[in-house]
Amino acid sequence: MIQPGLHDDVVALAVGYGRKAAGKVGNIGVDAYPLSSFAKGKPVFAGRVVTLKKTSENYLLVSTQDHHVMEGRAIVLETTKSAFEKDPSSGIHKHQIFSIWPQHQYTKHKWALSVDLNSCTGCSACVVACQSENNVPVVGKKYVLEGREMHWIRIDRYFKGTPEAPEVAVMPLMCQHCENAPCETVCPVLATVHNDEGLNDMSYNRCVGTRYCANNCPYKVRRFNWFNYVKKREEPLHMSYNPDVTVRPRGVMEKCTFCVQRIRRGTNIAKDEKRAFKDGDVKTACQESCPADAIVFGDLNDANSKVARLFQEKRTYKLLEELNAVPRVGYMTRVRNAERAEVSGHGSEHGQPAHGPAKDEGKEDKKKHGNNVQQHEGELV
Amino acid sequence: MSSVARKPLILGSKTYKDITDDICAPVEAPATKRWFGLLLGAKALFLFYIVHIAIIIGTGMGLLGVNHPVAWGTMIITFVFWIGIGHAGTLISAILYLFRQKWRTSVARSAEAMTVFAVMTAGIFPLIHTGRPWLDFWLLPYPNQRGPLWVNFRSPLLWDVFAVSTYATVSTVFWYVGLVPDLATIRDRAKTKLRRLIYGTLSLGWRGSSRDWAHYEIVYLLLAGLSTPLVLSVHTIVSFDFAVSMLPGWHTTIFPPYFVAGAVFSGFGMVITLLTLVRIGFPKFKDYITIDHMEVMNKIIMTTGLMVGYAYGSEFFIAWYSGNHYEVYAFTNRAFGPYWWSYWIMISCNVVIPQLFWFERFRRSIPVMFVVSIFVNIGMWFERFVITVTSLHRDFLPSNWGMYAWSWFDSAILFGSFGMFLTIFLLYLKFVPAISIAEVKPVLYVGKKRPGHEGGH
Repeated sequence: MIQPGLHDDVVALAVGYGRKAAGKVGNIGVDAYPLSSFAKGKPVFAGRVVTLKKTSENYLLVSTQDHHVMEGRAIVLETTKSAFEKDPSSGIHKHQIFSIWPQHQYTKHKWALSVDLNSCTGCSACVVACQSENNVPVVGKKYVLEGREMHWIRIDRYFKGTPEAPEVAVMPLMCQHCENAPCETVCPVLATVHNDEGLNDMSYNRCVGTRYCANNCPYKVRRFNWFNYVKKREEPLHMSYNPDVTVRPRGVMEKCTFCVQRIRRGTNIAKDEKRAFKDGDVKTACQESCPADAIVFGDLNDANSKVARLFQEKRTYKLLEELNAVPRVGYMTRVRNAERAEVSGHGSEHGQPAHGPAKDEGKEDKKKHGNNVQQHEGELV
Repeated sequence: MSSVARKPLILGSKTYKDITDDICAPVEAPATKRWFGLLLGAKALFLFYIVHIAIIIGTGMGLLGVNHPVAWGTMIITFVFWIGIGHAGTLISAILYLFRQKWRTSVARSAEAMTVFAVMTAGIFPLIHTGRPWLDFWLLPYPNQRGPLWVNFRSPLLWDVFAVSTYATVSTVFWYVGLVPDLATIRDRAKTKLRRLIYGTLSLGWRGSSRDWAHYEIVYLLLAGLSTPLVLSVHTIVSFDFAVSMLPGWHTTIFPPYFVAGAVFSGFGMVITLLTLVRIGFPKFKDYITIDHMEVMNKIIMTTGLMVGYAYGSEFFIAWYSGNHYEVYAFTNRAFGPYWWSYWIMISCNVVIPQLFWFERFRRSIPVMFVVSIFVNIGMWFERFVITVTSLHRDFLPSNWGMYAWSWFDSAILFGSFGMFLTIFLLYLKFVPAISIAEVKPVLYVGKKRPGHEGGH
């Protein structure tokens, strides 16, 4: 797979694949270690000279992220250091939203999650943590190709700039637990509803699997059990299931729950100890595994909680805010060092309110980038 | 005067007895080898369909091409396709009845039968497209011991349950009520006891008295009045499945009229397809279902084809005019994205090809209208494909974008549904008078001076 930004004469291979005794899930890919060498007791991965030969064989490469450009949309918002110093909310384009309905009041807890895109490196530890915490099925290459991966949290990866010198923008995306959740209104059997703590709950028992919720989710974070994945897990691997989380049968929808089992445990422990729930009592699996502390979970009703303070930050924005789904996940803009950000430019143009023609410039920009990367995609196939 | 006189609706200077004999003949004569051959073929396809449905229910929805992000696929597309087909029948039998369009009498029975069978075929899909079809009854609001747990009246899918079941019920009743006098005719002509028993039971004690007729006329009128709003409401509500969501390409206010026009368009396409075949199968019916009848329907095809063409154009204009980035992209992607071919199949079949009917020569040519009607059927299936798949496959966040993973089971479900429809339709042709005897007779000029027609027939 030709990645944007990879030098024409460089081949990169990931180590860690091609294992021989790791079971169905682990025994995949090719072992890259024979290509490395040892020097002074340490493996040397870089600088190896290899010759590539064209064979008549085809090898299918499968990826969950196969679109490279943001299409000029305000998704992963970025700003430059100098712009940020002038205006901490730079890069964010606020939409005027009004509703004739009063918002629901959450009197107990009001769970929310904050993701700092500035800290996130896209390492995917959260994806793995979520997968093992929530018993998320592993479907295998064949079904990833068909678009059936089951991740509750995924890392969206976009490239910016030219294919020769791209910048990468990553964004962990999980269920946004929207206050005006589009998925809830369309479910004919009320299998997905809001609870009084603002969680978008999924009752697996009630779900008949019309998949309408997934269609109406603008973030497309809902995952459907196309087959009976539970039955496919061989013994003794069933022992690796998290007993706190139910497994889902075939034909039901599932998605991120904000680790509801941890929320329950945290609140119950506080109750048992006859004390008030305090910030930090509940940490989601993704939050716990994040080496950069980019993910923060907590109660918005507690004004002193870390997440409530982060939500007040000027850098926090809501993804696809203009749809008025009112997500409970806040993203914080990424601040890049000025000289590099000015090269790539777009992404921030959307956010300068007093910047008349900026929008048009952005379009021009997008077209250019779009074409470049599109061509590149052509090469990949 | 003679130049403005209307042409006779029934050719061949028939007497009342001729009409009864002609129309009852296929029901009373032994089945032909050709009919058996066709039935065998259709049944084989039907069986193939049943087997594939069983495998899908037994294994999982994953066998189809539906995936993330395209969570609705062939089943929903084909459901909307068949529901749309049904609309021509109701339009012919109800709306044209209220407007006193006499030409409807020859084609109403078969068109209405097509409606009922198309709705039956369509009705299968919402039931089997769910992940857990055995729990489909949860979509019905019935008293239960789960709380009671009620259904979500805000969901368009629930409105769909009501719309389609109402439509199925009303059109079946309407069709059956229209059948009663003719079933009694078959009963009266029956030569065997079994036939008399079966048709006697089905004709619900019809005696043909003036009381019977008076009641019948009122009931028929009421049912026609009841069915008329359904022509508009059913596909409007089906379109709500899309229009009420927030997906670019689905969330459009034009959908209800656009869907209704498309439904009538596709329905008339299917009526033409079936009736050209019926005319070949039963040559005597050519006097009843004349070229004039076909021509009128071809005019409707062209008109509704222009309506959907306008809708296609309007969608693009509004997408551009809205200035909404996602809308603009959704529609550009339809015409020029990875699924461009489906969009252009739709445009050529639904907008371009029916333009042939501007020429009288083509409107009145059986081979031409048959081919055009086939294209209309194909085009209307692709219209639903375009709406469902191309809107879903690239929505708000580019990281979600993907393609529909068409599989063998998608093809099996799509073609198999025709097996079901054709099986029922062939059985109908054999066991039920395919033209309404009772309704055709009053449009004859027997005993009346035919206005402006120079005798000689």
